[in-house]
Amino acid sequence: MAEFPNIVPALPEIFLACVIMALLMFGVFQKGGTADNDVGTYRIVSLLAIVSLGLTAMLLIPVAGGRMVTFAGMFVVDGFAVFCKLLVLIAAIFGIVSAREFMERHGTARFEFPILIIFAVLGMMMMISANDLIGLYVGLEMQSLSLYVLAALKRDDSRASEAGLKYFVLGAVASGFLLYGSSLVYGFAGTTSFDTLAKIFTGGGDVSTGLVIGIVFIMAGLSFKISAVPFHMWTPDVYEGAPTPITAFFAAAPKVAAFGLFLRVMMGPFGELVQQWQQIVVLISILSMSLGALAAINQKNIKRLMAYSSIGHVGFALVGLAAGTEAGTRGVLIYLAIYVSMTVGTFACILCMRRNGRMVEGTSDLAGLGKTHPLLAATLVVFMFSMAGIPPLAGFFGKLYVFLAAVEAGLVKLAVIGVVASVVSAFYYLRIIKVMYFDDPTDALDKPLGRELSIVIAINAVVITLFFVYPSPVLNGAAAAAAALFAG
Amino acid sequence: MSDFPLLSVLTFAPLLGAVAILFVRHDNAETVAANARHVALFVSGTVFLVSLILWFQFDRSSKAFQFVENVEWMPTFGINYHLGVDGISMLFVLLSTLLTPICILASWTSIKERVKEFMISFLILETFMIGMFSALDLFLFYIYFEAVLIPMFIIIGVWGGPRRVYAAFKLFLYTLLGSVLMLVAMLMMYFTAGTADIQALMAFKFPIEMQRWMWLAFFASFAVKVPMWPVHTWLPDAHVEAPTAGSVILAGVLLKFGGYGFLRFSLPMMPEASVFFTPLIYTLSIVAIIYTSLVALAQEDMKKLIAYSSISHMGFVTIGTFTLTTQGIEGAIYQMLSHGVVSAALFLIVGVVYDRVHSREISTYGGLVNRMPVYALIFMVFMLASVGLPGTGGFVGEILVLVGAFKANSLVAALAATGVILGAAYMLYLYRLRTIDQGLASKNQGYERTRDRCICAVTVHHALDGYLSAIVPRCDARFGRASARSSPYIFGRCGHRRQTRDCRRELTESLGCPWPNSRTSSRRCPRYFSPA
Repeated sequence: MAEFPNIVPALPEIFLACVIMALLMFGVFQKGGTADNDVGTYRIVSLLAIVSLGLTAMLLIPVAGGRMVTFAGMFVVDGFAVFCKLLVLIAAIFGIVSAREFMERHGTARFEFPILIIFAVLGMMMMISANDLIGLYVGLEMQSLSLYVLAALKRDDSRASEAGLKYFVLGAVASGFLLYGSSLVYGFAGTTSFDTLAKIFTGGGDVSTGLVIGIVFIMAGLSFKISAVPFHMWTPDVYEGAPTPITAFFAAAPKVAAFGLFLRVMMGPFGELVQQWQQIVVLISILSMSLGALAAINQKNIKRLMAYSSIGHVGFALVGLAAGTEAGTRGVLIYLAIYVSMTVGTFACILCMRRNGRMVEGTSDLAGLGKTHPLLAATLVVFMFSMAGIPPLAGFFGKLYVFLAAVEAGLVKLAVIGVVASVVSAFYYLRIIKVMYFDDPTDALDKPLGRELSIVIAINAVVITLFFVYPSPVLNGAAAAAAALFAG
Repeated sequence: MSDFPLLSVLTFAPLLGAVAILFVRHDNAETVAANARHVALFVSGTVFLVSLILWFQFDRSSKAFQFVENVEWMPTFGINYHLGVDGISMLFVLLSTLLTPICILASWTSIKERVKEFMISFLILETFMIGMFSALDLFLFYIYFEAVLIPMFIIIGVWGGPRRVYAAFKLFLYTLLGSVLMLVAMLMMYFTAGTADIQALMAFKFPIEMQRWMWLAFFASFAVKVPMWPVHTWLPDAHVEAPTAGSVILAGVLLKFGGYGFLRFSLPMMPEASVFFTPLIYTLSIVAIIYTSLVALAQEDMKKLIAYSSISHMGFVTIGTFTLTTQGIEGAIYQMLSHGVVSAALFLIVGVVYDRVHSREISTYGGLVNRMPVYALIFMVFMLASVGLPGTGGFVGEILVLVGAFKANSLVAALAATGVILGAAYMLYLYRLRTIDQGLASKNQGYERTRDRCICAVTVHHALDGYLSAIVPRCDARFGRASARSSPYIFGRCGHRRQTRDCRRELTESLGCPWPNSRTSSRRCPRYFSPA
């Protein structure tokens, strides 16, 4: 009988899996039927989900030390994984907190929602810790399936169902790509373990064409998950169609997880082949930045606009990946941390956009917000300027560090294209500010804002505004995480 | 006293004031507005007084950076919170702290809506301006440099004229595009030199090929800020649409960012490239001087006229800077300061009548001298200063620049000198049409009312303006001396003033050009305008 694997590194995941089972049982056996009961169950499950996500974050502390590999080399925990997992957990907590009001208003307050989110989080944590192509795929699928269901959670809404279906079909194709790429890599290299692959590729040397094709397929699959151009088609539709709190969750946590995976795969096993894949990443990055900047200009729906904006942000983060260095990894991690905060904050603002009890999503609905809701408008201004990358707000530092890495790696042209794209994208962020402050108000949006949303907005606005005062925690965390990735 | 972080206090005091205003709450909007105004005036006035302390404690005999503060900020990247002022930046810090309370006074009655937000924007703007002039770390500098756009965008966009949205977007995007290119160059500098410290970078010798690229990237940013022809088009729009205080601060301080950037970065860090690109600068500046002067002549909008005159005056600044002579650089610094005061005053003067009549057309006015004689007199003083009449601030800057330009290239100097003539032409034209000619104002009954009601406001505004004009001649000597001491510092590697010339020779010779040995001497220039 094989030795029993060391389960300590995977303790947070195991805990989370148990929580899911328990909450599922609890939800199923709770008295249902009436709307009030459903809402009550939803509230309790949400609260428990938030608490257990918090506890999972605590459980990450004991494993935060060095690099640990377990389950026959399938599962790895290091500083990098801990950093990414923390980001995912924070994003998920914000996601559940800011969803409550919306869900209860729209009669979708079902206990499955927080459970599905935890399911997705579990998948993401496994993705981040994957140390094997099979582990990678299992984690990815677990995450993706939960997300497909989440997108279509509002069953009676045709837009949401369409979004879910679209997401599922395209996501399945991407997973197919990934799997096909993995099988090619396995076929040509003879192993699925990242550690062994890294050993094979040490020193670069001759790489067979089949292997390169395999890597390209894997990259295509991963690009889909982070919605980089040209694999971005699903993003605007899904963002627009899915219920807003779910879009908010989509925009933050899965991006972090997929980027974590992308970084681990590219810097780990394929790190020595940087010459082979760098130009692909550079191209994807340029395309994403440009499309994100140009396509968003004409959007009238703010969720669609945010979709293109997120494509642009992915492009900027990819600049760091294209550098292919430790500094680049550090830049991407800082970028992701700041991006999560900006996105969560912005979507919380979008969730506040109600008129006469109904959600509105047009950018023109924000007209005159500066007069009617001065504080909400001011925070949204902070997020918009930050997304545009204007110092001293946090978004600037995110861009600074990825471009820093790119210039260090000699990718000056990429950096120039990046900064020009950031100027173009500044236009539509400014336009939102213009609508809020310079245009005359139409009908005012509803007051008051929900308490949870206000708290979420306030926390993130403070983080974004005051990041420059004391940036060291994030910078040092990201630096340690990047170092851990390269040490292994 | 040396340990006390005076510069940080100076930088962040306005921000604290802004936070204080944020908490002003009352049911009555008028009470809130009044409170906001008073807090803003009090804070910016105090900041000005503190900056005077700084000014009097400033050791004028030293060319080193003073009041230095250096704290680790992002140790992972070796980026520090590093502040300090030398002879050049000291003057600009003072200019910023002086103009902000004036702007707040100027908006006392003219800004009626969202007064609280306006005052917050202005105080934040002041923080960024002071921070930019005192930053000694590359990235700290950049952060302030670009951050200024946020309050400026909002000031123009919210309180501006009818085409304010267009103007605000243009200002923002033009400037941002220039700045981000500079950012890339900064990153390259940071990696090549291995430090983000401005003093260390000044001493670092970059390879020539790299210098040229970096110079162009910095040029992209500073040329937009200055603004130089052909990237100047945002300025007339921004000036025309901005509220009076916005125009004042834009002309008074923000345009100086470019000139300051040339002095702080382009010249000392990329000396060879600066020499290499001098013809480009000369050409663009000459075009700017002559072309924009002609455009100014054709204007019917008085704010636009002053905006174009700004571009023309800033052309002198860029020429002076790149003559790479002591006189030229001193003249450029002087020209920036006098332009900062004079054009700011002109915008205030224009604003005074605009706030009453709400027309910027020159032809609306006329005969103002009969209605507002004091006003006409003050206007005349600043108009003459703008023209560069001897005895006013504008003269010293222009003559020094021209002397410097003659030493470097007499053709450039001759062409630039035509700008002085054209400047006199359009300013006198403006003055004649507005104040002397019998125009609509003499028929317009509206003035009767405003005359009594607003004489008070005019006095408040112009007591300050008048005070400024009074100190301008006295400052001549002082500014001149300070800049004389500080300008050698521009050339980082050179020890003191007379070596500036040697430095230039070094630059010239390093490019393989023979240095004219016995012809010019920096002592040749008449002594009266080159003190010390």
